[in-house]
Amino acid sequence: MEIKAKLVDELGINRIITRMAHEIIERNKGSKNIVLLGMRTRGEFLAQRLHAKITEIEGVATQIGILDVTLYRDDFRTRLKQPQVSVSNITFDITDKDVIIIDDVLYTGRTVRSALCAIMDFGRPSTVQLCVLVDRGHRELPIRADYVGKNIPTSINEEVKVKLKEIDDEDAINLVEIKFSQE
Amino acid sequence: MPLSINHLLGMQGVPREDIQLILDTATTFKEVLERPIKKVPTLQGKTVVNLFYESSTRTRISFELAEKRLSADSINFSVSGSSVSKGETFKDTVKNIEAMKVDFVVVRHASAGVPQYLTRISNSIIINAGDGTHEHPTQALLDMYSIREKLGRLEGLKVCIVGDISHSRVALSNIYGLKTMGADVSVCGPATMIPRYVEQIGVKVIHNIDEAIQENDVLNVLRIQLERKAREYFPSLREYNTYYGLTTERIEKNGKNVLILHPGPINRGVEISSEVADGPAQIILEQVTNGVAVRMAVLYLLGTKHS
Repeated sequence: MEIKAKLVDELGINRIITRMAHEIIERNKGSKNIVLLGMRTRGEFLAQRLHAKITEIEGVATQIGILDVTLYRDDFRTRLKQPQVSVSNITFDITDKDVIIIDDVLYTGRTVRSALCAIMDFGRPSTVQLCVLVDRGHRELPIRADYVGKNIPTSINEEVKVKLKEIDDEDAINLVEIKFSQE
Repeated sequence: MPLSINHLLGMQGVPREDIQLILDTATTFKEVLERPIKKVPTLQGKTVVNLFYESSTRTRISFELAEKRLSADSINFSVSGSSVSKGETFKDTVKNIEAMKVDFVVVRHASAGVPQYLTRISNSIIINAGDGTHEHPTQALLDMYSIREKLGRLEGLKVCIVGDISHSRVALSNIYGLKTMGADVSVCGPATMIPRYVEQIGVKVIHNIDEAIQENDVLNVLRIQLERKAREYFPSLREYNTYYGLTTERIEKNGKNVLILHPGPINRGVEISSEVADGPAQIILEQVTNGVAVRMAVLYLLGTKHS
């Protein structure tokens, strides 16, 4: 995998987070009824950053949880590698809440489909909204994001790699070329 | 990393990484069991046959719940009411069930080695739910999970299995599993109920229950298996209770905090007093809860593995 371009740097990601935090608050008329659910792995850290920003703007902390959707995937039969499952951490009731799903990259929409099914098993939210740092296109399901950090049109041979300081060495959004191998 | 094993036949030879993965995965499923909707679609479309040639309450219900909570379809087979009473052989029964396209067979049988034999005549994934006096791997896994959950580790812990070691599949599976995980395993019971080879696999033998309490962090108390003629190995139940029964006085006398496990069903007043069985040191019902999560982990890890 070779990096073709660094599209957004640390400062850029910070600006995106700030803007999306404002958009979330505006759309939901405050932060009173919203809960943030970060999708493992990078969505979890994006959710924490949005949470901090929203708390800073509104002065009240919203609820935040972690969603692991591995058990709801649709590709158990076709994948060669067994995905690792980990724990979801949602310690509050999401019924009648405005749930914001947070992920780093929106691509086929299949992960979001899994997330929707998972959320319904936790309760019946008032609304479910989707917030992504990057939308790279190529949807395979009728799913769209409510909050998009950056639209990055890509070819199928490219991949968008989000790096976050919490687990990577830097904050960046990179466009990388993937070489298709026989796997 | 996926599991290295394709079937779960016993704990003997199962590598440490596999045990670790099963126990870690079980934590995820424990969280699922606490949700309002305790079900995930992971094994949708898979079929499991629970082939029980011996009676069971916990294991059978636990497996069935685990299967249902993973959205697998499950079928229960028990000997009574089946064509076994018409003389159909074990092999024919299995072949016929398998002809109906199943993915997993969970088997319990009075003869040791039946799960192993099944892997030769069947293409399904085989899970041993207890074979004779040989092994009961999911029980050992849930025991290890419960100990780890309570004490935070297995490595270096001193665990003593108390009771009828010779007739117990739970004992053997626990010994193999715990030893692989680096625990220090001993057994305690009347000499007639301790198999001779046990010291050769690195297990210490203790004949005094007080000594067992003093020396260990965990006691896994086994049931005296009256259905396996265990009664013939000691003079009377009362005598067994006098020498090996776990009572509050005995634990207090030795002044030690031991964690108490029991795989159930309990013979109250024989191997364990009611006071201990319902007391603060035991985790008997937590073991049962964990059993479902552990079995879900086993089904998930074996069922989604591509060979």
